[in-house]
Amino acid sequence: MLISGAAQAHNPFEFQTPVTPIARETLYVHDLFLTIIAVLFSIGFGFLIFSLIRYRRGRGHAPATFTAPRTPLQWALSALPILTLIFIDYVVMGIPAYHAVLSLANTRDDAGLVIKVTGSQWRWHYEYPDQGISFVSNLSTPASERDSGAPTDPNYLLEVDKPLVLPVGEKVRVLLTSTDVIHAWWIPSFGIKQDAVPGFLRETWVKIDKPGIYRGQCAELCGVGHAYMPIVVEAKSQDDFKRWVADAQTSAAQAAAVTTLSKEDLLKRGQQTYTTYCALCHQPTGLGLPGTFPPIATGKPFAAPPAMTDLLAQRGFFKDGKIVEGSVDRHIQIVLKGIPGTPMPAFDGQLSDADIAGVITFERNSFGNQTGDVVQPSTVKAARGK
Amino acid sequence: MSSAITDLGHHHAHDEPKGLARWLTTTNHKDIGILYMLFGLTMFLLGGVFAELIRVQLIHPANHLVTPEVYNQIITLHGLVMVFGALMPVTAGFANYLIPMMIGAPDMALPRLNNWGFWLLPPAAIVLVLPFILKLFGIGNGPVDTGWTMYAPLSVQGGLGVDFAIFAIFLLGASSLMASINIVVTIFNLRAPGMALMKMPLFVWSWLMTSFLLIAVFPALIAGSAMLLADRHFGTHFFSAAGGGDPVLWEHLFWFFGHPEVYILLFPTAGILSQILPTFARKPIFGYRAQVYSYWAIAALSVVVWAHHMFTSGMPVAGQLYFMYSTMLISVPLAILFFCWLATIWKGSLTFETPMLFALGYIVLFGIGGLTGLVLADAVADQQYHNSFFLVAHFHYALFGGPIMGVIAGVYYWLPKITGRMYSERLGKLHFWLTMIGFNITFMSQFFLGVAGMPRRIPDYALQFAPLNLVSSLGAFLLGAAQLILVYNIARAWAGYGQPATSQVWEGAHGLEFTLPSPPPHHTFDEQPVIA
Amino acid sequence: MSANTAATTRRYFVPKPSPYPALLSFAIMLLAIGLALRVNGYPAGQWIAWVGLASIVFALVRWLGNVIGESEGGFYHKWEDRSFRLGMIWFIISEVVLFATLFGVLFYERNVSVPWLASLDTHFTPWPHFADAWPTAGPLGKSFATVNPWRIPALNTLLLLSSGATVTRAHHWLKHDRRGALIFWLAATILLGVIFLVLQANEFYEAYTELGLTLGSGVYGATFFALTGLHGFHVTVGVVMLTAILVRIVRGHFDPSHHFAFEAVSWYWHFVDVVWMLLFVFVYWL
Ligand code: HEA
Ligand code: HEA
Ligand code: HEC
Ligand code: CUA
Ligand SMILES: [Cu+2]
Repeated sequence: MLISGAAQAHNPFEFQTPVTPIARETLYVHDLFLTIIAVLFSIGFGFLIFSLIRYRRGRGHAPATFTAPRTPLQWALSALPILTLIFIDYVVMGIPAYHAVLSLANTRDDAGLVIKVTGSQWRWHYEYPDQGISFVSNLSTPASERDSGAPTDPNYLLEVDKPLVLPVGEKVRVLLTSTDVIHAWWIPSFGIKQDAVPGFLRETWVKIDKPGIYRGQCAELCGVGHAYMPIVVEAKSQDDFKRWVADAQTSAAQAAAVTTLSKEDLLKRGQQTYTTYCALCHQPTGLGLPGTFPPIATGKPFAAPPAMTDLLAQRGFFKDGKIVEGSVDRHIQIVLKGIPGTPMPAFDGQLSDADIAGVITFERNSFGNQTGDVVQPSTVKAARGK
Repeated sequence: MSSAITDLGHHHAHDEPKGLARWLTTTNHKDIGILYMLFGLTMFLLGGVFAELIRVQLIHPANHLVTPEVYNQIITLHGLVMVFGALMPVTAGFANYLIPMMIGAPDMALPRLNNWGFWLLPPAAIVLVLPFILKLFGIGNGPVDTGWTMYAPLSVQGGLGVDFAIFAIFLLGASSLMASINIVVTIFNLRAPGMALMKMPLFVWSWLMTSFLLIAVFPALIAGSAMLLADRHFGTHFFSAAGGGDPVLWEHLFWFFGHPEVYILLFPTAGILSQILPTFARKPIFGYRAQVYSYWAIAALSVVVWAHHMFTSGMPVAGQLYFMYSTMLISVPLAILFFCWLATIWKGSLTFETPMLFALGYIVLFGIGGLTGLVLADAVADQQYHNSFFLVAHFHYALFGGPIMGVIAGVYYWLPKITGRMYSERLGKLHFWLTMIGFNITFMSQFFLGVAGMPRRIPDYALQFAPLNLVSSLGAFLLGAAQLILVYNIARAWAGYGQPATSQVWEGAHGLEFTLPSPPPHHTFDEQPVIA
Repeated sequence: MSANTAATTRRYFVPKPSPYPALLSFAIMLLAIGLALRVNGYPAGQWIAWVGLASIVFALVRWLGNVIGESEGGFYHKWEDRSFRLGMIWFIISEVVLFATLFGVLFYERNVSVPWLASLDTHFTPWPHFADAWPTAGPLGKSFATVNPWRIPALNTLLLLSSGATVTRAHHWLKHDRRGALIFWLAATILLGVIFLVLQANEFYEAYTELGLTLGSGVYGATFFALTGLHGFHVTVGVVMLTAILVRIVRGHFDPSHHFAFEAVSWYWHFVDVVWMLLFVFVYWL
């Protein structure tokens, strides 16, 4: 669904083209520093190579015996490189770095738009509090592409179903948090990388120069799906952005109004939700991973530490070493609230009533499960309060 | 009474246990030193196998050699095994073998404790990798998979491998503390008459500082790991906001240990370098005092800069600035060390035997590692480098380019002393050149990968990163294959092949250990020498 | 550097090869594996852990037996003694770092993380109603009451302080070779330590049953039990060591000039004392 062609074709040896003030500053600093260290290295290396050639024993050089500087001149020569290094550290590098730190930290002044980014294993949840928009952004590279062994999609692993949309030319304050472990929101061409720490809020900001599609990835190890939570930002002109906001608001209102769906619709929706949200752990086959993620298919054995299986047994989903189908109520609760103390996440903040109704209906009627149960969005809505 | 002394204290080779029992029960510093070194070599090979697996997985995108879960386990074990299993034990082995000889001591001060310190290591390694085996029996889902930094809450959430890693850390910590205490006591109490502190070889100084650092920071990691264990199983909330705790607290604890740890790895090999360079330059070391003071400065600074690993974790501006500037300050004493090394070479009479080649390689490669470290110290630029392959390249230049090169140099330098046999110089030189070429191919490409935006710790990546990853993997295969030469060279000398070595081994070598025969007698200085 | 051998007659005592260090290590490994399995709910781990613990006790007893034998056999002189002293000092320094870390954690949780959590932007934070306070169970914790510092803890302070004095007394009499007084004051020290432990255990019991203060009581509960628990563990070890020393004294070990083991344990005891003072101030009182 993504506009193709807008992918930045970029030189794999350099920074991606900077499009924010911070990124430009970083690139400047980077170029400056690399030049400096290249010069330092060349001087040291040149000195070394010179000695190696000049003072080879083969050339009959008799060794000197000095062990420390003695004359004032020698002291000066010894101090010079050290003083130069201090000068480089604190003046040449230190001053630009000082300004960059201050400007990066200034997230609030003149910020026009505020967005909240929440990391979860393994997707990003974007909210526009003032606009009342909220959606989840998932990796959309199909599994077939990943299994092919020879992917061809130019945006392989850098594509999502719903990109974050931002206006250009406006300072956007970005608040970050997480629901489970630490993630990091990194977009190279914006020059920012900020950790999303569960239970806390972190801030950063962007002001994008020109419309386009910008891609990044999660940059903090967050479990098995760490490689699969890309970030895609679609920067639009102010007008396009306003239009997009209006559209998003209407469709959100429509979605919230849904209370009942046909079984077919639920199953279709459920399958989609399952593939994007659950399959990473419970696997596309519904068979889970031994020791880590239980099967969804009932009757299948699941061996895991008792600390995990006990929690499942309490909820009526585990008996005699096998997964069993627990009650619908419990099932809804598990998906809404997760299973605290295990990787099973809470989805109440991420999925709509219809999606949750769909995925539970789907699970209870797939992978060989044949309960025939149909769960409606209204039931999920009612269960949310509990 | 005096007969009892002979009985208990003064045993001779004939009443010593033989075979495996000898190694299990030994109280002899040379035996223990050799045990440490062999253990470290084994772990280097194991960590190397993990490294090669990483590079095979990353050779092209969408590779399915291992699952993402196993990939995370492999990188974690690679990091832990290389740092705690290979580097630290090998340098501790050098310390045990050499320090008593270098300072004219009869043995280490606490010989039985010394043995204990070593024998805690194999159990630690077993505990660390045991979950691989348990998994085959359906217990748990394999070893720790959180990265060697074990950031909470990922490590709170993880499987039983994390608990095994925590217990392994306890064992490693106990071992390191024991070894450090022993070394400090030996240096303070067992020097030969006349061996003033400021006369000690720099290698001994470097280990004194290493021991101080270990004693000063390892307990922090032990405490942190215990808290992690409690968060995982006993319901505490040290690292969870729901109870008023903070995941970032783990990062502080880990890096309060972790940053000094990099100098713990570096120091002993900086010391080795300062033994080797004068030998092959045939010229006394330049700036002995300056180097000792630099060690002190580095050690002192190293415990106050840890949060430069956390520039993206979200710190107040004052914190960013403080940690940035203090980190930059460390480059000063390190540059002094470099300066002294270069000045030692300057106007010498140089020859290029294998140890010297590796020492020079160290200067060049660690120079790159250190200078890129300086770049990482910039809090804003680090927004780009952090957790990218640029960082991976930095720390391999710093860890392999520095300490590992130094260890290899040390092995070639003292191997003739230890085994009494010269290694093959031709193969040694080949080893050096293949290592230099392989290493630079492997890790130079990673600087570019990082700059182009490739995150670390991912088993699969976007297409634009494919060409350089291929290059890096090919380099790694060459680098790995080159290390087989080292193994061969050691085995050959060990088995008693090669030219016999003289006492002095190297024409330019000085120091007490080179006054002893090669190999030195089992007990070195029953009678302490007097240093004039 | 020139070196000429001979000249000295000093001989350093290098003990014979000993199987106990390696045995001890593998015993600890069993304990570790057992515990790691146990906390993950595998009951078999428990048995592995017990076997490990039993082997640890065995190896330690044998090892220490050797040490005592050597000490009493006259193999340790001034030179060796100095090694033991230095070793003990550096060991205690590492313990200082261990406790310092936990105090650092207390400081961080109390002065950084709790205020930070309470000061997050109320529109976005998951805990808009959380206020900065200490003690706290955190945003989601259950409420609890704290231990009154001026009751058991104050009494415990007195007990430990006096035990520091009694052990110094004992040392004094050891130096003057007055066995009777020595045994009396040492026994008194042990007794004070035991009473301390009993009171402390009682305090923990009440915390759990009456105050609702548990390990799970947010960062307050966590740091409270971590610090007091680790300290209590050290007191326990101290009492065991003091008892071992007492037994040795009763058997006639040590003499006025030669009693490093006694001193080492008393240093340790003083260290544990000082830690308690800090605990009393920072954990219970402030
Ligand atoms: C031995 C190991 C070692 C050493 C010595 C160093 C040394 C340094 N390191 Fe490095 N570092 C690591 C190992 C090491 N590092 C590891 C393992 C990590 C990552 C851990 C992880 O996240 O998993 C890391 C990460 C790391 C970061 C965190 C980045 C991030 O996570 O975003 C930073 C940031 O400041 C940093 C900085 C430095 C600095 C300033 C030095 C300084 O000490 C360097 C000083 C040296 C010099 C300045 C060189 C001076 C030389 C010359 C002037 C002349 C040279 C030229 C020739 C003679 C040819 N390091
Ligand atoms: C002293 C420490 C040390 C050393 C020496 C090395 C050595 C090597 N490392 Fe390591 N590395 C770390 C410490 C070290 N590393 C750490 C701390 C991390 C971070 C982990 C984390 O993210 O948590 C890391 C991460 C790391 C990564 C990043 C993984 C990721 O983020 O996704 C990569 C990728 O290329 C890598 C590669 C290598 C290679 C190719 C070598 C080579 O130099 C190894 C060469 C040696 C051998 C190969 C052994 C000898 C030869 C044989 C046994 C014969 C068999 C050989 C063949 C099959 C060819 N390392
Ligand atoms: C991060 C990994 C992860 C994701 C994503 C995930 N789960 Fe789970 N799930 C788990 C784990 C781990 C357990 C087992 C918890 C335990 O052992 O107590 C579990 C257990 C369950 C169970 C009960 C046991 C069973 O096998 O029937 C259900 C039902 C379930 N998950 C449904 C879902 C649904 C629906 C989704 C997607 C909307 C989902 N899960 C996404 C990890 C995950
Ligand atoms: Cu999220 Cu990595
Ligand atoms: Cu560091």
